[in-house]
Amino acid sequence: MGALLTPRGWWALIGSGLIAAVGVPLANLLPAPGSALHLPDYMVPLLGKYACFAILALSLDLVWGYAGILSLGHGAFFALGGYCMGMHLMRQIGPRGVYGHPVLPDFMVFLNWKELPWYWQGFDQFWFAALMAMLVPGALALAFGYFAFRSRVTGVYLSIITQALTFALLLAFFRNDMGFGGNNGLTDFKDILGFPVQARATRLGLFVASVAALGASFLICRLVVASKLGRVLLAIRDAESRVRFLGYSVTNAKLFAFVLSATMAGVAGALYVPQVGIINPSEFSPANSIEIAIWVAVGGRGTLIGAVAGAGLVNGAKSWLTGVAPELWLFALGALFVVVTLFLPRGIVGLAARWKAREP
Amino acid sequence: MIVMFRFLACLWFLLAAPAFADPLADLIPKLGRGGFADKAEVAAELGALGDGRAIAALRALADGKLVTRADGSVAIAEPAGEGVKLAHPLTGADLGTSAADTVERIRINNRLRAAIAAALGALQIFSPNPEERLAAAREAAKAPTPELALALDKALAAETVPAVRAALRSAQAAVQLSVGTIEQRIRAVEALSAATDPQVRNLLRQVAQAAEAPAELRAAAETALRSIERRLQLAGLAEILFQGVSLGSVLLLAAIGLAITFGVMGVINMAHGEMIMIGAYTAFVVQEIFRAYLPPDAVDLYLPAAVPAAFLAAALVGIALERGVIRFLYGRALETLLATWGISLMLQQAVRSVFGAPNKEVANPAWMTGGFEPVGGFFVAYNRLAIVVFCFLVLGAIALILRRTAFGLHVRAVTQNRDMAKAMGIPVARIDALTFGLGSGIAGMAGVALSQIGNVSPNLGQIYIVDSFMVVVFGGVGSLLGTLAGAMTLGVINKLLEPVAGAVLGKIVVLAAIIVFIQRRPRGLFAPRGRAAEG
Repeated sequence: MGALLTPRGWWALIGSGLIAAVGVPLANLLPAPGSALHLPDYMVPLLGKYACFAILALSLDLVWGYAGILSLGHGAFFALGGYCMGMHLMRQIGPRGVYGHPVLPDFMVFLNWKELPWYWQGFDQFWFAALMAMLVPGALALAFGYFAFRSRVTGVYLSIITQALTFALLLAFFRNDMGFGGNNGLTDFKDILGFPVQARATRLGLFVASVAALGASFLICRLVVASKLGRVLLAIRDAESRVRFLGYSVTNAKLFAFVLSATMAGVAGALYVPQVGIINPSEFSPANSIEIAIWVAVGGRGTLIGAVAGAGLVNGAKSWLTGVAPELWLFALGALFVVVTLFLPRGIVGLAARWKAREP
Repeated sequence: MIVMFRFLACLWFLLAAPAFADPLADLIPKLGRGGFADKAEVAAELGALGDGRAIAALRALADGKLVTRADGSVAIAEPAGEGVKLAHPLTGADLGTSAADTVERIRINNRLRAAIAAALGALQIFSPNPEERLAAAREAAKAPTPELALALDKALAAETVPAVRAALRSAQAAVQLSVGTIEQRIRAVEALSAATDPQVRNLLRQVAQAAEAPAELRAAAETALRSIERRLQLAGLAEILFQGVSLGSVLLLAAIGLAITFGVMGVINMAHGEMIMIGAYTAFVVQEIFRAYLPPDAVDLYLPAAVPAAFLAAALVGIALERGVIRFLYGRALETLLATWGISLMLQQAVRSVFGAPNKEVANPAWMTGGFEPVGGFFVAYNRLAIVVFCFLVLGAIALILRRTAFGLHVRAVTQNRDMAKAMGIPVARIDALTFGLGSGIAGMAGVALSQIGNVSPNLGQIYIVDSFMVVVFGGVGSLLGTLAGAMTLGVINKLLEPVAGAVLGKIVVLAAIIVFIQRRPRGLFAPRGRAAEG
């Protein structure tokens, strides 16, 4: 097993983690509003959102960059994790809803439901919701991946059926009788772990938690990639049949990566929901899932750090451009897809590596 | 001289004959004579006559606007200044104005008023206005009387509007069911058991459930109901199958192009949906041009013009796409997928910028609106039928191109073995570009077809893209037969599930079924065999 990180890598990781986890709260809290160093309040959940997207990009990079599985349904795992957390937050509202029902969320009262469906039981406990946010996406990935990898569905076929998966879930969650709030999704959250979700301190806490989760996810991915399993995954990406003939279980290796990746996506979703304050079925839309792929591609797939950088860059550009010239955003995103695949097959990390190689 | 006179008399007779033969012209003046009872009789006769021309006179009578003139003839009077304006009771022709005291208003009482209302009710079904006929037929079905029977028969013989025909038929059934002896009514029930009209079924159900009806009548109604139910079920099944085939044709049109490009180049074109959208917008533009520059009666011709225009527009965009982007990505299927997705985003946004985000409406030509009902409960819309026909024409044309032309031979060769085809001197790059153009062009024509059954919007392509992929993946890549089978299966299954599970749940079930199916047959229903399968 190779080293997890080089010493310089460790320093970089800890340094950037500290800057994010300590610097951002300080910049938000200490300087007076209006000063150049002050970080406005709205930026905190925005940066927290980017951290969640970065975890999501990492999870896709693990399966796409290393195992060659281009999942176009990773948004589904993200959204499922988000729904688990959303259900917990809905239960936390308690009798403070518009209809004041002690147990039922507003939309259920509105739909004339008399009691909580069985799958909503237990979500009043935070630990249960947090567990489910990992277990549900993981279980779905396990079932889906088991059948898909066992029958050797690969390449574009796999991409298409993962897209079908998220599309089917999109349609399902739009239905009111599913019991997940239908079109409107889950929203109007009041507090998390006893802290009001809108409060500045809670938001800073959630941001720090997201950054910590990002760091942990990065290390876990590194751990997998640097292990022997990581080598097998790379080999599968490059010559699947050969790996199979050498006696490795391609199905199991892929399945491990896929389930781990889905679990990470679920965690990202669970952290995302309290920061944006809503989860609705549009998170399942196939377009969202494809967008994750471009974050990874921009950063450089198969590099982990590239996925993080790509998620930050693309989403930063999105926030900026949709504010300045919303009609240009789709052109820019579309062009990004084309330019990156045509001219930057290894992303900005590959570009940086090429520059570095030229220097001496 | 006498001969001459006889001849003239004959001529006179011939010319005047229609006037004498018209009982209406005889009856109308009678409204002005005799007591209330006589007039009521005349009104009833007018009602039984079943001639819509009497409506105006009867209405005028009910409103107190029918007058007798000094010469004993009747006319419809409208107050005009000092005097009244007179009109002919049958033709409505202007008879000039006269002083108010030269005419006498025909008086009516309540009994006569009731008779007029009944007669009008019977006559409304002959009104020139289809809305009025429909309302009258529905009214008749609610309050059936024996006098209506003849009028209904007559109206039915002349009626052409399907909705009114259906209403008339059920009114007729209601009359037959409600009057006469028990035996007659049972016979009527038996006769009705041959019908497939849902409204007749409702009538029979009322009879079967009516507590006051005799037992044998109710039993007969039950039997008739059962046979109607069975036939209606069959008609419903036929309708579902037709809808399924219609949906399948739409899917097929959307997916053929995708199947061709995927089969030949192994390329997933995520911008395929946008080729459909471009076709639909081309139809819109062609329609607007026709509306702006051609006389109104030629506007309907926009559709035949839009089909080749859409083919060209989408094919050109497709070729540009292949030459500009895709050819650099051969062998990297996943990257192609992402790049074409980016192009689809840009095309959507471009169309949104040019045409605006709101839906555009493309009107059906007159010959494609409406539909017909081969059996009761089974409605065939012309636009759906046209799409089914169009779809099979396109499929046939493509099969011919692929099987019978040099270009088709080259396409098949490249599909089977790209390197070998290249070695044999086939211009692979040109075939790629042309195939991509062909596939995109077909998508453009699909867009014209889709513009006929729905709105045209920038995300039109997105609606169909996932379904198209499902068809291709389900049917098997690069096989027209597989695409046909896949599209029709998915269309029919979707429509079969819809009544059972609802549209959305049905679609989810289909998607889940495809995901499972892919596990069993990873290369689709009609997978290529042998060497071609290994690529």
